Amino acid sequence: MHDLKPISALGGVSDTIGTMTITENSGVALASVAARMGGEVATKKALKKLLGDVPGPGRSQQHDPESGFWMGPDQWMIGAPMDTHELLADQLKTLLGDAASVTEQSGAWVVFDVVGAALPDMMERLCAAPVRTMVAGDTQRTVIHHLSCFVIRQNGADHVRILGPRASAGSLHHALNGAAHSVA
Amino acid sequence: MTQINRITNGQTNPDQRLEFTFDGKTFYGQGGDTLASALLANGQRLMGRSFKYHRPRGPLTAGSEEPNALVELRTGGRQEPNTRATTAELYDGLTARSQNRLGSLKFDLLSINDRLSNFLTAGFYYKTFMWPAAFWEKLYEPIIRHAAGLGSLSKIDDPDLYDKGFLHCDQLIIGAGPAGLSAALVAGRSGAQVILADEDFRMGGRLNSETFAIGDQSGADWATATVAELATMPNVRLLPRTTVIGAFDHGIFSAVERVSDHLAVPATGKPRQILWRIYAKSSLLCAGATERPIGFENNDRPGIMLASAMRTYGNRFGVAADKRVAIFTNNDDGHRTAADLHAKGVKIAAVVDTRPDAPRSGDYEVLAGAQVIDTKGRLGLTFAEVREADGSARTLEVGALGMSGGWNPNVHMTCHQRGCPVWNDTIAAFAPGKNLPVGMAVAGAATGAFSTAAALSTGAKAAAAQLRHLGFQPKPPRQPKTEDTPTNVTPFWYVQGCNRAWLDQQNDVTVKDVKLAHQEGFRSVEHLKRYTTLGMATDQGKTSNMGGLAIMAELAGKSIPDVGTTIFRPPYTPTSMGVLAGRSVGRDFHPTRLTPTHKWAEEQDAVFVEVGNWLRAQWFPKSGETHWRESVDREVIATRNSVGVCDVTTLGKVDVQGADAADFLNKIYCNGFAKLAVGKVRYGLMLREDGIAMDDGTAARMAEDHFVVTTTTANALPVYRHMEFVRQCLYPDMDVQLISTTEAWAQYAVAGPNSRKLLEKIVDQDISNDAFPFMACADITVCGGLRARLFRISFSGELAYEIAVPTAYGDALIRRIMDAGAEFDVTPYGTEALGVMRIEKGHAAGNELNGTTTAQNLGMGRMVSKKKDSIGSTLSEREGLNRPNDLRQIGIKPVNPADPVPAGGHLMNATGPVDAAHDQGYVTSAAYSPSLGHMIALGFLKDGANQIGKRMRLVSPLTGVETEIEIASAHFIDPEGNRLRA
Repeated sequence: MHDLKPISALGGVSDTIGTMTITENSGVALASVAARMGGEVATKKALKKLLGDVPGPGRSQQHDPESGFWMGPDQWMIGAPMDTHELLADQLKTLLGDAASVTEQSGAWVVFDVVGAALPDMMERLCAAPVRTMVAGDTQRTVIHHLSCFVIRQNGADHVRILGPRASAGSLHHALNGAAHSVA
Repeated sequence: MTQINRITNGQTNPDQRLEFTFDGKTFYGQGGDTLASALLANGQRLMGRSFKYHRPRGPLTAGSEEPNALVELRTGGRQEPNTRATTAELYDGLTARSQNRLGSLKFDLLSINDRLSNFLTAGFYYKTFMWPAAFWEKLYEPIIRHAAGLGSLSKIDDPDLYDKGFLHCDQLIIGAGPAGLSAALVAGRSGAQVILADEDFRMGGRLNSETFAIGDQSGADWATATVAELATMPNVRLLPRTTVIGAFDHGIFSAVERVSDHLAVPATGKPRQILWRIYAKSSLLCAGATERPIGFENNDRPGIMLASAMRTYGNRFGVAADKRVAIFTNNDDGHRTAADLHAKGVKIAAVVDTRPDAPRSGDYEVLAGAQVIDTKGRLGLTFAEVREADGSARTLEVGALGMSGGWNPNVHMTCHQRGCPVWNDTIAAFAPGKNLPVGMAVAGAATGAFSTAAALSTGAKAAAAQLRHLGFQPKPPRQPKTEDTPTNVTPFWYVQGCNRAWLDQQNDVTVKDVKLAHQEGFRSVEHLKRYTTLGMATDQGKTSNMGGLAIMAELAGKSIPDVGTTIFRPPYTPTSMGVLAGRSVGRDFHPTRLTPTHKWAEEQDAVFVEVGNWLRAQWFPKSGETHWRESVDREVIATRNSVGVCDVTTLGKVDVQGADAADFLNKIYCNGFAKLAVGKVRYGLMLREDGIAMDDGTAARMAEDHFVVTTTTANALPVYRHMEFVRQCLYPDMDVQLISTTEAWAQYAVAGPNSRKLLEKIVDQDISNDAFPFMACADITVCGGLRARLFRISFSGELAYEIAVPTAYGDALIRRIMDAGAEFDVTPYGTEALGVMRIEKGHAAGNELNGTTTAQNLGMGRMVSKKKDSIGSTLSEREGLNRPNDLRQIGIKPVNPADPVPAGGHLMNATGPVDAAHDQGYVTSAAYSPSLGHMIALGFLKDGANQIGKRMRLVSPLTGVETEIEIASAHFIDPEGNRLRA
């Protein structure tokens, strides 16, 4: 067992601004899955078993402990709790074998949970994703403060999860807080 | 000061008394006033000076088309020039100043220009300031800029926030006048997602300016009630104070919402304005119409305004433009102003109607077939000279004169995608053409249907048609009974014989200027605009374009539609730069990317440098070091003598997997990858399709079907994009999957003779030279089990490794490396030392891969494999890229070790001329080499490979450098590569 201590991009920061709470969620392990040529059926079958269903374009499948969203043709991002799934990529590779290419993505992303009554007002100051009409599970790749992000409508009524590039976590967080102040 | 021209029955709130200042003088207005209406209420007609002649000017309009009443609002960092007093919403404490004057507004010293008007005609600058050329920049331009500018900038940073936002709707309705409100009712009741935007702070458009009824309510009350009903509908979003400024592709509109402009200071954390991008499935333009002025001598004095504006001031704001007014009209609408003001007790001196069959409209004199031929009054109108139908002259003593030359539909938004308006004879104006932006329809006065009844019905019908198309089932309501007067206008553009009759009051363009331009051969309407400046500046000619066109048509003997119009472009009204920038200002201009060692590097007092969006440690100064060179030299020497560590996370990392991964790399790299063994890394050079070098990096084969490709920091994104293009478009039949992992891994170079000893303390596996030789790679573990990757590659030329761990562990790893390396005096080094060491080793970087160089130039011509086809390999064989004396990368050292070798300098033969024709090559990268004790450089030289040892001159005529240099091998350090294989 190694003794190196991981840190999250922003130390798990959480801010409440008006009705909105913006929290860095450092407990998400991520891995991408891309079906290989000829492995599409096997990959979908395995993902269906894992997630309950295979999300199509613009959708995510919210499931416990693994969940996932569509990223591109035959390509998904799978997430799971870091505590139990730090080696998510290895676990998925074991499951999928040569049917799919799996790449660890945990370190590439910063994850924010944005929750609160003013959510649609706040999100429309940030990105073109039509958060007002998105329902639970709807997922869009969009640009927030020049950064390519995923916006995922969660099951909670006033909750979106935003995945953005980890190296720019500070800039993204600043943008989220600024928008929250605008609508507070 | 008392509000001497305030009359009763306006829609302003007399109980809300607002104090404001104009040019330092205190005034009072009412809630619901604009700055212009409040000033007029106080008898202040003079609000500005004109652009060129500095003539006294008052408001021409009561809306956003205003050319004259431009003021500076607020002070300090919030000072904003060129703000229209006619749209500025009055608030308590507003500070306004007149602009474009030298001295006071009443005694403007630059009004001397008006006396010189015979010289300051169209094209004056072009004709006058031609000679001598050198005078332009230093003398003429500063003088002209000072004299002819409009407002001034405070040059203090704007303290306010500006937001950008994104809205989606089924129907965007632009304008909340009768047509827009009628449309919004239909759309709102149908359940569609509707956005109703209006530039005014009070919705209702002309309904608030007129007296006629809708059903049993006044128009203004109907508007209020309708807005109230719309406000209860959750599917309708009302955006007052919001100007739609442009129609763009695919039903996208931009709009500026002035959130806080009616407040002294925005609330904390709240934006001043928002730039909305609106995605609309359909759009309905209900932008209304703008009244036209008439050209006559001295038609620009304060007090002379559009008749409709006079009506707005009277009906909406409860302000009489003056106690005694006259109207000059060519249509029935002008009579409305007379009737409305007369009813409010304002004395109507006369209605001067150009039409011989002018109607009678009230209990005042109508002069049929008459014309206003001149006016008097130094700082404001005092007398109007009238020529009656029988030719007799008459003087009217008036303080205000309303002009009504007919109405122009506001077609601007229909033309933003190069649609052309069409001429409509009935209204003697241009109306929207057929070629509208996708998804757009037009209703109300914007189509030329000027009556209230027509506005209500066309608005409802157009909305319903669009909604049905979108799958809704709208039910157009029965329209209430209202005004339905037909348009009755006889075109009349200007009084014959006049000269200084203003067409464009903003730019001081007169009838005479247009005639002069025509006389000098300007025939195209676009040329007329540029030459005379007609229709330019903040009002974009909303009140002046038609007059210019009409005169051009008359002079050319053409009809107005044959003359054509200039093109309308966004934005519809002036837009502040701040709202275009949004939050991307100052430190937030672009997002910043931080490396996994950033926090640790800050603790080490690192100096950071921007590399794209990344912040990288440039060097790590130690106490006592006073110059960056000291730090960098120390870092280089320490690395070459023992061990150094550098964060190289910023290099692009692309994960390439799939059964055809090796074949794919064989396509994107010019050198071979198919036979690379698992566990090995290879340097790879990517070519563009045209054979020029694109990027270099390494590809590590982690498994038979898995490579990790690295790119340069700068090209991480372009290379990834290129690879995706190749995968998706050129070789869609290959089984290969790509994903960027640049930020997923923290990666550090550990370089120097002691690097292995250091890493042996951290890495759990055997990394001896036998077990892990030069160019090896492996998935490993560190510190007792953390997954990691190790690559034995070297940019510095030393025994070196790159070690990668998941990003979250990057901070822990750098601290562990520093602890483990303490016994070797491990030294962190930054991008400067990195650069010095790669120049010493002769490794190419961005300066050498500069978009003009080939593999041949880089001395890597033999890397381009002839055994396979790769992107760029065929075109790299072009004759022009393979001449015997082509540039080759070489090293450069000074003959005198103390001499500089500046980057950017050019290589010339030891003797002979120094000019472009004798250029032999150039320097790309230069550095002081602490290992060698003098400057070194890399560059390109004609036939460089055969010039080693040759003495030449390195010249930089711009900086005055001329140094004697010797051409050397680019590999200054360890050319045999013994160190990196140790």
